[in-house]
Amino acid sequence: MEPVLSVKGLNLYYGSTQALKNVSIDLPEKQVTALIGPSGCGKSTFLKTLDRMNDLVPGVTINGSVQYRGLEIYAPDVDVTWLRRQIGMVFQKPNPFPMSIYDNIAYGPRTHGVRDRKHLDEIVEKSLRGAAIWDEVKDRLKKSALGLSGGQQQRICIARALAVEPDVLLMDEATSALDPISTSKIEDLIADLKNTYTIVIVTHNMQQATRVSDKCAFFLLGELVESGDTGQMFSMPREKRTEDYITGRFG
Amino acid sequence: MSMNILSIPTHFKGSFGRQKHVRKALERVMHGIFFFFGIVAVGFVLLISAYLIFSGLPAIREIGLRNFLFGTVWKSTAAQPEFGILPFLLTSVYGTAGAMLVGVPVGFMTAMFLSKVAPRPLAAIVRPAVDLLAGIPSVVYGLIGMIVLVPTIRSVFDLSDGACLLAAILVLAIMILPSIVSVSETALNAVPKEYEDASLALGATEIETYFRVSAPAAKSGIAAAIVLGIGRAIGEAMAILMVAGNVANMPTLFSSVTFLTTAIAKEMSYSSGLQRQALFSIALVLFLFIMLINIGLNLLLKRGKEG
Ligand SMILES: Nc1ncnc2c1ncn2[C@@H]1O[C@H](COP(=O)(O)OP(=O)(O)OP(=O)(O)O)[C@@H](O)[C@H]1O
Ligand SMILES: [Mg+2]
Repeated sequence: MEPVLSVKGLNLYYGSTQALKNVSIDLPEKQVTALIGPSGCGKSTFLKTLDRMNDLVPGVTINGSVQYRGLEIYAPDVDVTWLRRQIGMVFQKPNPFPMSIYDNIAYGPRTHGVRDRKHLDEIVEKSLRGAAIWDEVKDRLKKSALGLSGGQQQRICIARALAVEPDVLLMDEATSALDPISTSKIEDLIADLKNTYTIVIVTHNMQQATRVSDKCAFFLLGELVESGDTGQMFSMPREKRTEDYITGRFG
Repeated sequence: MSMNILSIPTHFKGSFGRQKHVRKALERVMHGIFFFFGIVAVGFVLLISAYLIFSGLPAIREIGLRNFLFGTVWKSTAAQPEFGILPFLLTSVYGTAGAMLVGVPVGFMTAMFLSKVAPRPLAAIVRPAVDLLAGIPSVVYGLIGMIVLVPTIRSVFDLSDGACLLAAILVLAIMILPSIVSVSETALNAVPKEYEDASLALGATEIETYFRVSAPAAKSGIAAAIVLGIGRAIGEAMAILMVAGNVANMPTLFSSVTFLTTAIAKEMSYSSGLQRQALFSIALVLFLFIMLINIGLNLLLKRGKEG
């Protein structure tokens, strides 16, 4: 099967320092790919190249190829807003807008032209259900999203991303700010979402990577050291450096 | 050696003890000084309020509150004097509202431009220019309004005299710009970048993001900017004295008008008797008016913050 995202020879520079070095990887459809590696190795940077959020950082240079379903996403005629609708993102720190829960979820669809109240109601409910938080918030949709707990806020952010019906979901350490119960809720959610979406997560938690991911990619100092099936990588890593990292010998 | 080391702590202990005493006393003195200055500020406010009330009430009692507030004719020096300040009241309300109507959108857009859109070098030129506007004395605004704006309005709208409410509104709008721009810009700069990132990641454009996420997130700061602008506009006298024409007409856009402030400013120097007392009453009305607006807007702001 064709990969949803296919990266070849990707280099990224912040000014003159190189943050990604010749990265090549395919991300298969409806699978969870986990990006692991020590802090500062370029996981977030790599994730952001996939929905072009790096465009916003001044002084970034990118070369190499990133294809989304066969389309070169850094080609000059690509509509970035269209791309970001296809490829949603959930950030490390829950960042709901300072608005009501309803308006948070409806933000994306409204931005993309949905005005009909009933249709919006449907999207909001469907997205909140999809993010496994409908039952907790259905009676307080008009209340500010900032009044929710961190774990609830993060699921609101996931729901908000789902509301624009993306194809791919990128999650950068989406559970690192959360308690174990919220974390396991979101892990269950990821397992559920992969029936519909292609998912890429960044995590520092090796157990989490083994629990939720199908594929795994290990980064070190901007290089992609090794990638493959999660089970295989954790039981029989090909590279010494991978083995050292997953067994906790450095990083 | 060891004796020496042992003796040091006791020596320190003594001096610390004394220091503690001195510091405590100093602390108390400083508290007293702060308290005194705090009281002085409050005292002035109370003094001014009391003075305005005492000197403003007699004329209102003599003229009658209804006649004073809702009378449409002001003829303070006529043989049969009339003291109706409705023209001034309405002019102040319309003038301030008009200045806000022009100044707030322009100021907000400028703030948005400076905070989010402008390339750094350009912002570095525009920002000080706007700040400079704040430092220009109001008499200079009046002067330029008189020399440039008034004749322009006269010829553009084909009037016999260009000194009118419109001229005053435009001058006020420019005068309130700097405070609106700088306060809104500060508020917009303080919007967490995470909000904007989230919006962009959902496929919103940058402009959509600024208007639909950044601006609402900065709304209490922007409201504060508006309050500040209203305060400045409603209290301004000198600049509009020079461009508004100063006839006690009921206000229309092109009529020569008098504001609450300019009514006091232009007559005070030669007033006497009831006329003089009535001017104090106008000051009282202006004072209450500003208080009311401030309280109302503060309540609004508080509600906005909680909601
Ligand atoms: N905006 C930026 N400007 C300059 N350098 C940056 C920027 N963002 C990241 N870097 C650098 O790029 C490298 C990779 O950073 P990145 O945030 O991708 O790491 P990470 O693997 O996500 O780390 P962590 O696990 O701590 O989140 C780091 O050396 C970092 O200092
Ligand atoms: Mg990171």
